[in-house]
Amino acid sequence: MAEDKLKQEELLNVSYEPAARDWAEPSVTFRKGTYCYGAPLKHQKYLGLPNQREWQPTDPDWKLPENWKEIILEGMETLLKRHRSFRLYLDICVRCGACADKCHYFIGSGDPRNMPVLRAELLRSVYRRYFTTAGRVFGRLAGARDLTEEVLKEWFYYFFQCSECRRCSVYCPYGIDTAEITMMARELLNLVGINIQWVVEPASNCFRTGNHLGIPPHAMKETLQFAVDELKDITGLTVDLPINKKGAEILFVAPSADFFASPHWFTLLGYLALFHEIGLDYTWSTYASEGGNFGLFHSTELAKRLNAKIYAEAKRLGVKWVLGGECGHMWRVLHQYMDTLNGPADFLEEPVSPITGTRFENARSTRMVHIAEFTADLIKHGALKLDPSRNDKVRITYHDSCNPARAMGLFEEPRFILRNVANHVYEMPENTIREKTFCCGSGAGLGADENLEMRLRGGYPRANAVRHVHERHGVNMVACMCAIDKASLTPLLEYWVPGVEVGGVHEFVGNALVMTGESRTTNLRGEPL
Amino acid sequence: MTYALLSVLLLAAVGWAGGVVGNTSLLFAVIIPYAALAVFVLGFLFRAIGWSASPVPFCIPTTCGQQQSLPWIRQDRLGSPTSTPWVIGRMALEVLLFRSLWGNERVEIKGAGKLIFSPKRYLWLGGLLFHWSLAVILFRHLRFFTEPVLPGIAALQGLDGFFEIGVPVTYVSDVFILAAVTYLFARRALSPQMRVISLPADYFALFLIAAVLLSGVLMRHFFKTDVERVKEMAMGLVSFCPVVSAHPGAFFSIHLFLVSILVAYFPFSKLMHAAGVFLSPTRNLRNDSRMRRHVNPWDYPVKVHTYEEYEDEFREAMIEAGIPVEKK
Repeated sequence: MAEDKLKQEELLNVSYEPAARDWAEPSVTFRKGTYCYGAPLKHQKYLGLPNQREWQPTDPDWKLPENWKEIILEGMETLLKRHRSFRLYLDICVRCGACADKCHYFIGSGDPRNMPVLRAELLRSVYRRYFTTAGRVFGRLAGARDLTEEVLKEWFYYFFQCSECRRCSVYCPYGIDTAEITMMARELLNLVGINIQWVVEPASNCFRTGNHLGIPPHAMKETLQFAVDELKDITGLTVDLPINKKGAEILFVAPSADFFASPHWFTLLGYLALFHEIGLDYTWSTYASEGGNFGLFHSTELAKRLNAKIYAEAKRLGVKWVLGGECGHMWRVLHQYMDTLNGPADFLEEPVSPITGTRFENARSTRMVHIAEFTADLIKHGALKLDPSRNDKVRITYHDSCNPARAMGLFEEPRFILRNVANHVYEMPENTIREKTFCCGSGAGLGADENLEMRLRGGYPRANAVRHVHERHGVNMVACMCAIDKASLTPLLEYWVPGVEVGGVHEFVGNALVMTGESRTTNLRGEPL
Repeated sequence: MTYALLSVLLLAAVGWAGGVVGNTSLLFAVIIPYAALAVFVLGFLFRAIGWSASPVPFCIPTTCGQQQSLPWIRQDRLGSPTSTPWVIGRMALEVLLFRSLWGNERVEIKGAGKLIFSPKRYLWLGGLLFHWSLAVILFRHLRFFTEPVLPGIAALQGLDGFFEIGVPVTYVSDVFILAAVTYLFARRALSPQMRVISLPADYFALFLIAAVLLSGVLMRHFFKTDVERVKEMAMGLVSFCPVVSAHPGAFFSIHLFLVSILVAYFPFSKLMHAAGVFLSPTRNLRNDSRMRRHVNPWDYPVKVHTYEEYEDEFREAMIEAGIPVEKK
C-alpha cells in the first residue's frame, strides 16, 4: 500500500512556523498525495457541467475558457448577492487568529494557508481587489490581489483541502464558517470547469442510477438480497426485503456505501435485523438509493438536483414519511437544506413512530427522521429486547461526525443507543468530541486515494484522540454514523492506531438485538459471540 | 506595519497642526467632526442595511449543543436554540461575553506525535477588557455631550476612578484598555502565525485606536486641557450651534481629529464586525430547519433526473429482477 511509504515520523514533523514569504504571492505545488484528480470528461458531460474537457491539476495548461476571469468575477457578484454569509464573512473577519489551529489540516500539515483565516483570505483578497473601493485604490496595501491563473490554482489546492467540517466556526467569535467560504469557492471553480473526480463522478452516478456507486437497480436488489442471505446465516431468520414497494408506510434512505462497502455492510445488516424485528412497514428505493449527496461538495444547484429524488420517490411510492440512515453530510443536507431545496413535503405526514406512537416533533416540516432518533425512541420505550453482552468483544468509543454534530446537534441519541447495546463505551477527550469533534480528514469529497497523505495528516487529530482511549481504556472499536467516516477512519486508524476497528452504531444495535426465533452464534461480522 | 504606523503618525500631526495653526478651528473643530459623523452614520447604515437586506437562503446555524429531538433528551437551548428568546440568549453571550472565544485553546503536534491541547484565554481576556473598557469610556464621554449630565454617568465615573490614584484620578478603564491594546498589538506583531495573517489594515486600526487613547490620556493627565471649553465645544456640536474658538489644547486637537478619522474609517473597515456579529447566520438562526420550512428567496427550478427517465433506462433489468415498475 502507498501508505507504507509514508513515514509516521515524517508526517508528524510539523512546523507551525510559517515561512517569512508573503502569503499574498500565490504559489502552489501539486505534490503527490496532497491533491485530488480532476473530474473525468464523461461525468462532466453527463451532468452538463461548464467547460467540459479532460483535465488534471498537474497540467500546465488548465484549458480555461478565454473569458474565465470575467466568468469568475460575475459568479462572485452573483454569490455575493445570493448569500449573506458570503459577503458578511468576507467583510467582518478581524484576523484574530482564534480559528488558526482549529483546522485538522493545519494541525496536521502546518501549512499556513490551511489556517481557516488564511484559506478565506485567498478568496477575500480577490474580493477586495474587485469589489471594494479600498482594494481597487490601494491594492496590495489593502490586502487585495489580482485574480490570476496562479490564484485560481491556489484556490483549487486549498479549497479542496477543506472538508467543510465547520470546526473553525465553533471557535470564531462571529461564527465565520469556512465551510461557507469553501462552498462558494467551489461554486466559482465549477463555473470554469474545475472540480475533482471524487466529487463529480459520484454525483453523476447518483444522478443517473440513484446512488454514488453507480449501482443499477437490479444489482442493488442483488446486493441487498445477499445481505438478507447473510443475515439468515447469522440469525437463522429470513427478513423481508421490500424494494420500491408502493404504499409502504416509510421510505428508508441510507448512504449507498452501506450496501457495498465495508465496514458499512454490518450496519446494513443491523438495519435489516432491526426493521424485521419491529415489523416495520417500510421500503427501500432503487431510484432514491442514496442519502449522501456529493452535489453539496459541488454547488447548491447540484445538491438540489440530487436531493430532489428523495421527495419525488416518497411521493411516487405514497409513503407517509422518510427515515434516513447513518451518514454525515447526508444529514447536513437533510437537516439544513432539503426542506428549503425541494420542500414543502406537504404530501407526506408528520412522522410518527408506528411502534411507539412517538411523534417526531422536530421533523414535523421536513418529515424525515434520523435513524438514531428513531432507534433511541424504540429503546427508551422498551420496544427492543437487547443483550448488550453480545458486544462485549468490543470496547467502543463514539466519534461524532462533523455534520450531525455541528450542523444538526445530534449528540445524545447515538450515545444513548450505544450505552444500551454495549457494556463498554468510553468517551474520547472533551476537546475532541461533540461540537469540538475532529474530522476524519476525508470529508467533502477529499477521500480519494491519491489524496492519502493529506488525509492521514488531517485525520491525525482524530486518530490521536482514539489512541488516547485505546491506550487508557483498551478501546478497540470506533462507532460512528457517517459513511465517509466508516470508509476513511478504517485506513486512518490502521495507519495511526493499529488494532482499532470501525463500525456503525446500528451494527452494535444489530448485534445486541434479541430477535424472535433467532439462533445466533456469531455477531454480524461472523465472529463467534 | 510601518505604513500603518506612519499613516497614524501623519494623521496625528495633521490633528496637531489643526490645533495650532491659526484660523483652522472651523475646519477641525466643526466641519471635520460633522463630516466624519455623517460618513459614519451613512456608511454604517449602508453596510448594515446591505448585509441585512441580503438573503439568507439556507438555515445554517452552527450547532454547538444537543438539538431538540425526543422529549426526554435534554436540549442545549443555548448551543442549539429552537426559539427566538434562546437565540437572543446565545447572541447576548456571544456579543457581551465572547462565549466562543472563551472556548479557545491551542492545539499543536509536539515531539513524538503528541497532540497537545492547552486552554488559551488571553485573547478572550484581552478582547473582553478592550471592548468593555471602550464601552465605559464612551459612556463616560457623554458627560461632555449632555447638560445636565445624564444620570448614572457620575456614578460610573466614580466607580471607574475608584482607586483614586493621581490627580485627576486615573480611570481603571483607561489602564485596562491601554493594557489590552498593547497585548493585542504584541500578539499580532510577535507571534509568527499572527504576523502572517495580519494586514496593514489590522495594524492601522490598532495604531489609530492606540493614538486616540494616548492623546486622550495625555491631555487628561499631562498636558492641561481646558475642560470647560471642551464641554462648551461638545455641547455646541450636539446642539448644532457649533462654537468656533481657540482650541482647548494641542492634544485635544489631535484627539478630536483622530476620533473623527476613526469614526469615518469605521464603516469601511473590519471594525464593522460590531454590526456584523449580529447578522451572522451561523449564530443568529434557530436550529429548527426540520420543524419550520426555511424559504430561499432566489430558489429556481433545476434539471432533475426523473423517475420516468430512470425507469426508461433500466426497465428491462428491473422487470427481470422482479422490481416493480410503472410501465410494463
